[in-house]
Formats: sequence, structure tokens, C-alpha cells
Amino acid sequence: MSDTNPTPPGMHRRGFYQTVIYALNALMGAALAVPTLIYLLVPPKGRKPSAYVDAGDVSQLTVGVPVEMSFQQSRVDGWRAITEKKTAWVVKNADNSVVAYGPQCTHLGCAYHYEESTKKFICPCHTSYFSIQGAVLSGPAPRALDRYQTRIENNRLMVGVLKPSDGSQA
Amino acid sequence: MQKTKLQEFIDVLEDRTGIPGAISHFMGEEIPASSGWHQIFGSVALFMILVQFFTGIMMAFNYAPTPGLAYDSLRYIMTEVTGGRLMRGLHHWGASMIIVIVVLHMLQVFIYGAYKKPREATWMVGVILLLLTLAYGLTGYLLAWDNRAYWGTVVTTQIGATVPGVGPYISRLLASTGDIGVVTFARFYSLHVLALPPLTMMLIAFHVILVRRHGVAPLPGDESKPKKKFYPEQVFKDTVAIFVAFAILFTLAIAVKVPLERMADPTDTKYVPRPEWYFLFLFQTLKMFDGPLEVLGTVVFPSLAILAMLSAPFVDRAKMVQVRQRTVAIGIVLLAAIGWGGLTLAAVKSTPPQSAAAEIDFSGPVQWMQLKSSELSGIHYFKEQKCDVCHNVTAGGEAKNGPNLLGTGGRHDQAWMLDHFKNPQKGNPTSAMPAVNLNADQMNDLAAGMAALTVDNGDLVANTPQFATHGAALYQQNNCAACHKLNGVGGEMGPPMNGLAGRRTEAWSAEHFINPQKMSPGTPMPVYNFNKTEMDDLLQYLFTLPDKAPGA
Repeated sequence: MSDTNPTPPGMHRRGFYQTVIYALNALMGAALAVPTLIYLLVPPKGRKPSAYVDAGDVSQLTVGVPVEMSFQQSRVDGWRAITEKKTAWVVKNADNSVVAYGPQCTHLGCAYHYEESTKKFICPCHTSYFSIQGAVLSGPAPRALDRYQTRIENNRLMVGVLKPSDGSQA
Repeated sequence: MQKTKLQEFIDVLEDRTGIPGAISHFMGEEIPASSGWHQIFGSVALFMILVQFFTGIMMAFNYAPTPGLAYDSLRYIMTEVTGGRLMRGLHHWGASMIIVIVVLHMLQVFIYGAYKKPREATWMVGVILLLLTLAYGLTGYLLAWDNRAYWGTVVTTQIGATVPGVGPYISRLLASTGDIGVVTFARFYSLHVLALPPLTMMLIAFHVILVRRHGVAPLPGDESKPKKKFYPEQVFKDTVAIFVAFAILFTLAIAVKVPLERMADPTDTKYVPRPEWYFLFLFQTLKMFDGPLEVLGTVVFPSLAILAMLSAPFVDRAKMVQVRQRTVAIGIVLLAAIGWGGLTLAAVKSTPPQSAAAEIDFSGPVQWMQLKSSELSGIHYFKEQKCDVCHNVTAGGEAKNGPNLLGTGGRHDQAWMLDHFKNPQKGNPTSAMPAVNLNADQMNDLAAGMAALTVDNGDLVANTPQFATHGAALYQQNNCAACHKLNGVGGEMGPPMNGLAGRRTEAWSAEHFINPQKMSPGTPMPVYNFNKTEMDDLLQYLFTLPDKAPGA
């Protein structure tokens, strides 16, 4: 094909066909892709956070000695409403306030335990150490232990939602 | 001339994979000069199948394929996942549209005589693909696990069981010998998502290869004209047609709600099963044959129809002629269309209307079913007294003169509300609210109804059907609760109202209101002479109650 020749008459129509083919395919692609991304990425419509549940008596706790307490918590799992056993490491402070830590290490979610001899929480997976106050002492954990929302009613520990700790406590 | 980077990349790709060459070979296919708009349907059908695969996979991401949970998860898709209703709409309407398009594709091929030698195999593979399309419809129907799905499948499998000789084996294959249960469901699901799709893909590939092998069918006179290329003119026409089909599908999915009925209930004695519209003609054919002749409708005629389609290329061996001269083919198509249309119409006309309970859309919120009759009655008076002119009862609705009443039960007790209805200015001297003009019983109901408007019930009033509020108001006015228990409230002298739908028919109950002694002699039930609207609304209300009282 040489530039000096005028465009053959059929070429105009060819260009039109191509433009329409690309445009319509792009339009249909977008019409499917956008709702699909919304369908896959937007979280399902709001569910009420579960109410506080009774995790047990805190009057017998010793100050500064963590105890693992378990409780039944209800939550919505997709299309199911389930009630499941949850645990928390509960520590009573000197001022009688009570803290309930989520039972998973903030690094990669392993279950950690309390080491009586060192008075630290230790995660066996990658040896992260946490103090009784929940702060990271050593190891790869990026932030302090997560805490449940709690309140005390008649010496019973009421446990609410697990809130991720913010990075500043680490 | 120097090559561009893109051209260099394409050259390397061609050398290593051959893909660019394959694409241009495919797009550059030579097609007869007569090709044009009448040959778009195959491409449209292929596109629609791909959309079905896509939307089907999307639905599967949020779907639990087991009875019960299937329903819960579909309800979750439709009510809680953003875009979920659209996905189901696309999949549901796509299924119907594929049937239409595949049939149009076959009609075009038939009328143009494009199935003739040497294209017999292409046609026969196409017939099998039509049957596969119907198999998708049949197996997919069960997967919603609502009453419609369940009862439709009961009928389908029973038909399969009547086939002479192999009937029992079909039942065993579909695990439908006793009841439709978990195993039946697993078989249908596996067929729908595991067995049929690869089979379809292979047959479509074979179908397209055969089309390429024999070329697009020419018309008489094409030999003397120069051939055209598939790209871009025919691709343009196909794309425009695909776009039109897609636009129709999208509009249907957005504009026409796909219903979800109540969860499959094998004890529901009132449900009228009906198949998808494209099976109605078969449904109707079955009705015409009773007893020993039934096998004609279930096996003989469908088999003959399939056989006739498969053998069309061998029966009609005449040379290809101009479309205008194909009067026999056109006549057959017209006859088939009239027969199909007539049977479908007859089926639609002769199927009794579904009961009110079956018409409720369970893909929307149905909290109102859990309410006490006094609370529903209160919503009736809320609407009747036009309280909604000044009070909003939806979350985040536009501001009105009066306060939003959501959560009002948490703020005030019933006594406060009754005082407020009688003398609005007592609690708030500047209130512009007029006193409510109702009797004491109605006032109590209104207070109960307002107390039921909790903060997370923002769509309760809008979603409660009129028959329910009116029916509940009648129930309250006539003091039915003195003898009957409904949703946990009321006396025990008469039978409970929950579960009435499972025990009686609406006709029986209507007669029982008018003439209790005739229906159950010796009953202390008084006579109630409701007018037609009252009777209809009250019966609809009572027959849509949950089978068991909430929490029971």
C-alpha cells in the first residue's frame, strides 16, 4: 500500500465496522466487569455486631495472672447464623479493670499461650513475645494483641466485638 | 520500513505460538456473498452461553449446593450481596433467552435448507446442543430450592419414572425414587455445573469446526459472485446482534424481578407446580393423555420430535433452492409454531392461579410474618390514618414534619403512646400533630404497631403487603384472639392459626366463616359474614402465616 494513492472506498466502511466492533465489545465488557467487581468486592450489607455475651466470673481472678476463658458467641457467617465457642486471654489489672485479648497472635494468626515462668505470652510459630499488657516484646508481631470490647456486670465479664489493636501500642 | 515494537512482538508471538496467525485465519474465513444478518444467531447463542458460564460461576461463589442451605445462600445473594440480584437476574433471564436464540438459529438453518448435504453432522450436533440447553433448564430449576423448584422437579422426575422399561432406572439415576432429597439435589447440581458445561463446550467446538469444514452455507446463485471475508463486515453484524441481545438481557435482569418463593416445603398440599415457560407445551401435551396412553405424551411424541429433527437432512435430500421456494419448510415451521403457541397458551390458561402464599417474594424482607396480629393491625391504622404524611418510617428517608418513628418503641412505652395519640400536645405543647381518631382497641393496636418499628426494621411498613395489615386488622376487630392463637398470642379454645395452610384449603375456611356448623358441626365458632375484600384479605393473611409461631 502506498501513501500516494487515495484511500479505497471500501476502507472507510472497514474503519467504521472496526470502530463499532471495538466500542460495543468494550461497552459490554464494562457492563459485566463493573457489576462483577462490585459483586465480589463490596462487603455484604451491614449486620449488627453481636451483643455482649457472658464469659464468666472475674471476681476470683488474680491480678496480673492471665486466664484463658471461653464463651459462646453468635455471629453471621455468610448465609448462616452460627453460635461458636470463642476464647479470650483475660487479665485483671491492679486497678481491678479487666482486659480480654483475642487468642490469636497478631503476626499470622497462630494461637499463643501464656508462659508462667517468664510471665509473657509466647507464640510458638515465630516466637513473638507479648507482655501481660499485650505489647510486643520481641519477634515479628507487627502490633500489640487485639482486645475484645468488654464491660463488667455484677462481677461477670461481658465480651463484645474483637477490635484490632492500633499499631501505636506495639 | 522499520517495524514497530508491537509488530515485532506479534512476529515473535507468531513464530513461537502461531496464535496471531490462527486468529487472522479464523477472522479471514471466506463466506458466501449472500451472508448477512440472517446468520447472526449462532454467534449470539455462543455469546449467551459464555455469559451463562460467567454468571453461573459468579453465583457459585456465594452458593451452598445442598437443600435448605441452597435457599438460604440464594436469598443471601439476592438480599445482602451488592449486585447479587443482578447476577441472578442475568443467569435466570439468560437461560430463557438462550432457548429463544437457539430456536431462532435452528429456524434460520431449517428455512434456508442449510442442514442439507454435506452439513448433516453440523445439524445433528446442533440438535444435541438444543437438548443440552433444555437439560440445563431442567437441572438448574431445582437449584433455587424454593417451592417452585421443588414441586417442578417432583413432576419432572415422576414423568421420567413413567417411561416404560427404563423408568425405574431413570429414577435411580436421578435419586428420585422416594422423595426429592439431598442425593437428588447433588445429582442435579453436578449435572448442571460439572457434566453439562464441558460437554457443551466440546460439542460447540465440534459444531464450529464442522461449520468451518463445510463453510457457511451458500444460496443458489452464490457460486458466480465473489466471496466475502468474515471480518469485518459479518463480525460487525454479529457484534451488533450480540449487543442487542445483551442489552435486552441486561434490561430484563434489572427491570424484571426474579421471584424467590418460600423454601421448598414437601408438606405443602396446595402448591400448583408449573414448569418454565419453554416446557409448558410438554406439560400441556401430557394433560391430553390419560392412563395407558400417557406414555404417548411422556415418551413417544417427544422421542418422535427429536428423531424427526435429527433425520431432517436425510429425509429432505433435494438440492438447495431459493428461500422463497421452500414452501414446505416454511409450512412446517409455521405449523410447529402454531402448535407450540397453542399448547403453551392452553397451558397458561388452564393452570389454576397460585395461592397468595406462593406469590410472596421471599427475596425481599418478610419480617412482617413474624409480627403479632395487633402489631400488623397497628400498621394498618398507621396507613389508614395517613400518619405517613408527617412521619417517616424508613431509615434515612426524607425529612417530614413529624419525627421519624423508627425505634419509637425504645423511646416510649405504650402508655405514653396512647396518651400521645389522644392528646398530642400533652407531652409536647408545640406539637402540630392532630389527635388520632380511633377507638380504644384500635388505639392499642396502633401503639403495638409503632412499638414494633425497631431501628433495623426500616423497611417494615413498606414491605408489609396490604392484605396482611387489613387481614390482621379484621382479625383484631373480630376478637379472633379470644379463642385462637396466632404467632404465640391468643386463646386455646379454637385451633391455632399457624399451620392453618397445611390443614385446610382457603375454600374450606371461607365456607367455615359463613357457615361454621356445616363445616364442623358443634363448633362454638360464630358466623362471620365478611364481604369479598375482607374475606380475601383475611384468608390470604391467615394462609401466609408461618407454619410454626416464631420462637416455637
